[in-house]
Amino acid sequence: MLNAHDILETITMIQEENLDVRTITMGISLLDCCDSDIDRACARIYDKITRLAQNLVATGEQIEKEYGIPIINKRISVTPIAMILAACADKDAVKMARTLEKAAQTCGVNFIGGFSALVQKGFSAGDRELIASIPEALAVTDHVCSSVNIGSTKAGINMDAVAMMGPVVREAAERTADRDCIGCAKLVVFCNAPEDNPFMAGAFHGAGEPDCVINVGVSGPGVVRAALAKAGDCDLTAVSDLIKRTAFKITRMGQLVAQEASKRLHVPFGIVDLSLAPTPAVGDSVAHILEEMGLECCGAHGTTAALALLNDAVKKGGVMASSHVGGLSGAFIPVTEDAGMIDAARCGCLRIEKLEAMTAVCSVGLDMINIPGDTPSEVISAIIADQAAIGMINSKTTAVRVIPAIGKQVGDELSFGGLLGGGPVMPLNTWSPAKFIARGGRIPAPIQSLKN
Amino acid sequence: MRAVITVIGKDMVGILARVSTRCAEHRINVLEVTQSILQDMFAMIMMVDISGSDIPFTQFAEELSREGQEMGLSIHAMHEDIFNSMHKI
Repeated sequence: MLNAHDILETITMIQEENLDVRTITMGISLLDCCDSDIDRACARIYDKITRLAQNLVATGEQIEKEYGIPIINKRISVTPIAMILAACADKDAVKMARTLEKAAQTCGVNFIGGFSALVQKGFSAGDRELIASIPEALAVTDHVCSSVNIGSTKAGINMDAVAMMGPVVREAAERTADRDCIGCAKLVVFCNAPEDNPFMAGAFHGAGEPDCVINVGVSGPGVVRAALAKAGDCDLTAVSDLIKRTAFKITRMGQLVAQEASKRLHVPFGIVDLSLAPTPAVGDSVAHILEEMGLECCGAHGTTAALALLNDAVKKGGVMASSHVGGLSGAFIPVTEDAGMIDAARCGCLRIEKLEAMTAVCSVGLDMINIPGDTPSEVISAIIADQAAIGMINSKTTAVRVIPAIGKQVGDELSFGGLLGGGPVMPLNTWSPAKFIARGGRIPAPIQSLKN
Repeated sequence: MRAVITVIGKDMVGILARVSTRCAEHRINVLEVTQSILQDMFAMIMMVDISGSDIPFTQFAEELSREGQEMGLSIHAMHEDIFNSMHKI
């Protein structure tokens, strides 16, 4: 028999501490939709997505009601569109983006990811066209998310692609300047991108994945913070143990939802992504966990150590709770999506240099950061290069999702609404990296020994 | 299939009666009840068997939730697997 304490603990986690399943994401392979005629390819893409995902939202809602767990997002990820575009004679990538948008609307999902290209070593057919079309594609669609992988530990960093992405990010902001530059919130530049990530905006369905798969991303920063608050003054060994135990419970819930969704949709279960994903809601912040550990404000010295402990403990607790773990697994630090980070950025305690250091020890990277609208594109490329270097050398995923706030300066604010939140424009180092970025070429893959 | 009903709120006359009446109306068998009162706050946990229920479980959960709102209580009916998976290895 279950004991009353355990039952009430679960109820409290859901009702008061914002415990939820962040996303059920259906991965769909579009490799069999290739066609030399782009209209035929688009028709196949639309048919396949709407056929496989027609019950995704309804099934998610059913599970939500039966188990009493909020499932915030139902999403779709697809094969990187550049691969499909490669076969088409007419490489009109925006047409494919519109097809994805239509399919997303038909299925009722809140995002569809995979308007992507993987160019860590070089460009193949379709890659350049897709990258060039990203600003327009993100401006004319609402639900399509885009990502580009420009580096990996095994391939090094494609600096030609890095140089391309700075202007692409700027243009994506300019084209959506009337909507708080929302285009850039749907665009991620990766190093070591995972192929089974259920989280947006970086989700895509890798070429090594099955035809269709269900991946689930859990959440729960509020639960971890509440557990630490109840524990009071204990040493960091005890803090780590407590986070592990909490992460275990959160992940078990994600595993249950994943298995149930997989069974009901007749689609194999892929992975659970063990992530602490914050939301702008008060009480759902990763920064507040770090502050609960004893920092006056997120961004103070000690933040990197506290985040390293948190990130590692989340993985250790989560791994045993799920049969398959993958995706981005770790603590996210998206500034505009985290109430504590927004406050820390506003008061000037959290700066981009500290965020960069934090990305070396946690999941993903410089995420949802508003930068001044007059930032030159080569500075954006250089931010991407720095992040990719941290990921490449440390064999981890890193990413950049910055939003140039067109027409705005440090201290102004952007507001995206919903889970994307909003926050202040943060100052950048303005010394020029232009010559370095203009060199192009590739940074060779790093040596994997002599780890110093 | 078994489910857990939790009732949390201010103690008053007839809570157990109303919830169990609702279960009986829908042919839902109450297997176990525990309740406690902590500083005027009432917490009741019911384990029920819903395999003979005459309505879908989600509808039953919504009915209870509405009934809870009328009484100023928070009532949740959830599949027992959620608790088993979180608290048992």
